[in-house]
Amino acid sequence: MLTVLLILIPFIAGLIAFGLKGSGPKVLGMISSLATVVLAIGSWCRFRTAPDSLNFVANWIPQLGSQFRVGLDGMGVMLCLLTAIASLLVFITIYNRNYEKANAFYGLMLLSQAGLTGVFTAFDALQFYIFWELALIPVYFLCSLWGGEKRIAVTFKFFVYTFLGSLLMLVGIIYIYFQTPDHSFSWASFTSAALNPDDQKWLFWLFFVAFAIKMPVFPFHTWQPDTYEQSPTPVTMILSGVMVKMGLFGVIRWLLPVVPQGAAMWSDVAIVLCIIGIIYASCIAMVQNDLKRLIAYSSIAHIGLMCAAIFANNEQSLQGVMVQMFNHGINIIGLWIIVEVIQNRLGIKNLDQMGGMAQKAPRMAIFLVIISLANIGLPLTNGFIGEFLMFSGLFQYNHWFMAFAGLGIILSAVYTLGMIQKVIFGEGNELTETTTDLRPGETLALSLVVIMIIVLGVYPKPMLDLVSGTSDVVSKLF
Amino acid sequence: MNALISTALSGVVLMFVGLFVRNKQHIKFFAIAAILIAFIANLAQYPSVEQGGYIMYGMIEVTKFGVLFNAVALGATLLYFLLSGSEFEKVGEHVADYFALIFFILAGISLATSFSNLLMLFLAIEIMSIPQYILAGADKKSLKSNEASLKYFLMGSFSTGILLMGITLIYGAAGTFDISALGLGAESVHPLALCGIILMVFALSFKVSAVPFHFWTPDVYDGSPTVFTSFMSTVVKAGGFVAFLRMFHTSFAGGSISGHWTLILSIITAATLILGNFSAVFQQSVKRMLAYSSIAQAGFMLFAVVAMNNMGTQGIILYSAAYSIATIGVFAVLMKLKDYTFEGFNGLARKEPLLAAAVAVFLFSLAGIPITAGFFAKYFVLSAAIEHGHILWLVIIAVLCAAISVYYYFRVIIAMYFKQGEPEVEPVSGGFKAALILAVALVLVLGLFPNLLLCWM
Repeated sequence: MLTVLLILIPFIAGLIAFGLKGSGPKVLGMISSLATVVLAIGSWCRFRTAPDSLNFVANWIPQLGSQFRVGLDGMGVMLCLLTAIASLLVFITIYNRNYEKANAFYGLMLLSQAGLTGVFTAFDALQFYIFWELALIPVYFLCSLWGGEKRIAVTFKFFVYTFLGSLLMLVGIIYIYFQTPDHSFSWASFTSAALNPDDQKWLFWLFFVAFAIKMPVFPFHTWQPDTYEQSPTPVTMILSGVMVKMGLFGVIRWLLPVVPQGAAMWSDVAIVLCIIGIIYASCIAMVQNDLKRLIAYSSIAHIGLMCAAIFANNEQSLQGVMVQMFNHGINIIGLWIIVEVIQNRLGIKNLDQMGGMAQKAPRMAIFLVIISLANIGLPLTNGFIGEFLMFSGLFQYNHWFMAFAGLGIILSAVYTLGMIQKVIFGEGNELTETTTDLRPGETLALSLVVIMIIVLGVYPKPMLDLVSGTSDVVSKLF
Repeated sequence: MNALISTALSGVVLMFVGLFVRNKQHIKFFAIAAILIAFIANLAQYPSVEQGGYIMYGMIEVTKFGVLFNAVALGATLLYFLLSGSEFEKVGEHVADYFALIFFILAGISLATSFSNLLMLFLAIEIMSIPQYILAGADKKSLKSNEASLKYFLMGSFSTGILLMGITLIYGAAGTFDISALGLGAESVHPLALCGIILMVFALSFKVSAVPFHFWTPDVYDGSPTVFTSFMSTVVKAGGFVAFLRMFHTSFAGGSISGHWTLILSIITAATLILGNFSAVFQQSVKRMLAYSSIAQAGFMLFAVVAMNNMGTQGIILYSAAYSIATIGVFAVLMKLKDYTFEGFNGLARKEPLLAAAVAVFLFSLAGIPITAGFFAKYFVLSAAIEHGHILWLVIIAVLCAAISVYYYFRVIIAMYFKQGEPEVEPVSGGFKAALILAVALVLVLGLFPNLLLCWM
């Protein structure tokens, strides 16, 4: 029941928010996201004592063998927690902003949260597909209504891209459904379907393309920088913090266990694509002048590494990926909060127009440095443990892959430190002279981020324990 | 059977009502009452066929599937009357006649769901078609309407001729008109029968506007009065599919015979999907876009005929319902606008939030986005094709086309929600809004619980 509530609370709050006026939606959003954070932590505690109590099954379409089947494993708990924390951070950050048609804005934000939680908790393939699509619709409207100048064309490209990917996945899902022994969509039946290797060969691509578009992995990434740039920053936080994790989650939950032989056959190809993506995105990030695009490309590089590590095919790397999914989410949201602050104060996002902000906004500068270092994966920050595990897993799989992927770390240090330098150090100009430091809400959100960065960096064990069960199960099935 | 009798009677009565009742409002209410009666009468027959259908004089076979499809067709027509019934009087003087013609079409459809004799198939197709020729030309003063009517009539009679030729050849091979006794699948196929089947594929493809027999569709749908386009492109088209499915399911499925036409029909399906979707992309008028979209949607419905399995039969019921409700809804709102181009929708969300939201839901359904009826409709026909096993290439084409269809459906959504503009909208009544909300609710309920409809199968 706890799991159902995790979906239901933001969903109902979202519907109610449409009807509210004034600061009603803000307050409601805050209450709902606080409630989900508490529930997510509660489900973590419950997961340690009685994990089975988190599963919930109800009849839905018996003729099709589809059930409403939600449940949480370690990865699910972690991602639900991330979703809840992300929306809480977003709502805290934007508490003082006034959006036009705030009721629709908050309503859609909450609905997208419900959709995302649905994706992470679904244990029925058809239901997974439905939530997968539903998470997209509110985000599409959010980007198109509140985004930048080129928003309509850009978000439309984003939508068509992901829709095409998901339709291919639907074909795959239906195909596997007919191969399952008991004609059911449940995860258990899917993983026990006796698929012959020839089928797995092409089924792999039906699923992988859908997930690769979402992550995004080179060469399916072209929608991503444009969309991140054009979206309103709160939406970008959700997109890059949580939504891209849908792709990684999909691979771990629905690709590796369901078409293991297909994945084994194509894992080299997938890793090579990821590594090309890492190096390519890092190189572009180095020469970016647009702050939002820079972070967007850095995200492609980081996600590429995670995807490569998934296909490295061992327990260590899987565990690293899952921990990193959470930590990357936290870090990138932190970065976006700072971008939001800069945009709010200066109204620009070009790096060459910034500089010297450390003097005017010292608190922001400190936060930016800490979060950026965590994003590079400095030891004692949360980014370190995940990257270490992923690289060690990748190393066991193939030395060369590890060596090339490792370039990404060096490059990421180059562009991230370059960004810090351009934003907060150097000579200020007339525009940056006017900057004011963080407001209470922003300070609170960023402090939460930094606390998580340091706590999880120094003591990552709880997180590792949480996901070890999932990585165990998946690597056995794989 | 009840549906056939009640619709035919209502048609005749309505023609005479036109002589005595001058008030158009009253005629509309009469028609709504008549369709409600037909709907209930049809459902009343359900218990008697639940265990198995029965045949009347070797001509008509009442089955569960037929009753269910009639219920969908009559229900959609009821919705259509509620939403667009008051548009009839804008077309011309003879409102009662228009209603009567629609009842005759419905009689044709209920015959199409239940024929068990080739003659009855021919009658069903003709009864469905002839009133449409008249309705297409109902706006007598408009040149485009006249053109549509003439074009439709000429092309339609031509295809009817082909159908008749096909029936003749099949009779020559089988020696009977009884569709369950043709026995063509048993041993080697008679060349006459083969020609007959191919001719029937062509003729029925014409009726459901499948490519390359679709050339009449855009002009006729565009030229006809919008209120009738809405009906012709939904309920009637679905009726054509049911005739198609019933004919091929009973007589030409199974055995060696299905191999002879499956490939041809697969190619027709692929062409319909590709051409329908690509042409819809380039349209400037929403009405014309919907005409091409109806061709594209026909491509999806053809899957059910190609796959010939249980999933497909269920799929065609669900698809007919989902597609008809959504298209009728979009047309109903379209008729309230002055400007039928995409620009005409600019800023509708700001001015008429309810209408815009309803259109958005209908378009989501047409595009096949989850939790709308259109998703499960697509899901079922795709499943049918995947279950069939040999037409996966067709499935991949269909999926690519579905992604293209998002482009033109979302153009309307983009215009309504993300663009600025002052659309000219006729004032809408409370009743219209209520009917619109009903339609939206149906789309969403079927999208969440398709078994509400399918549990009757």
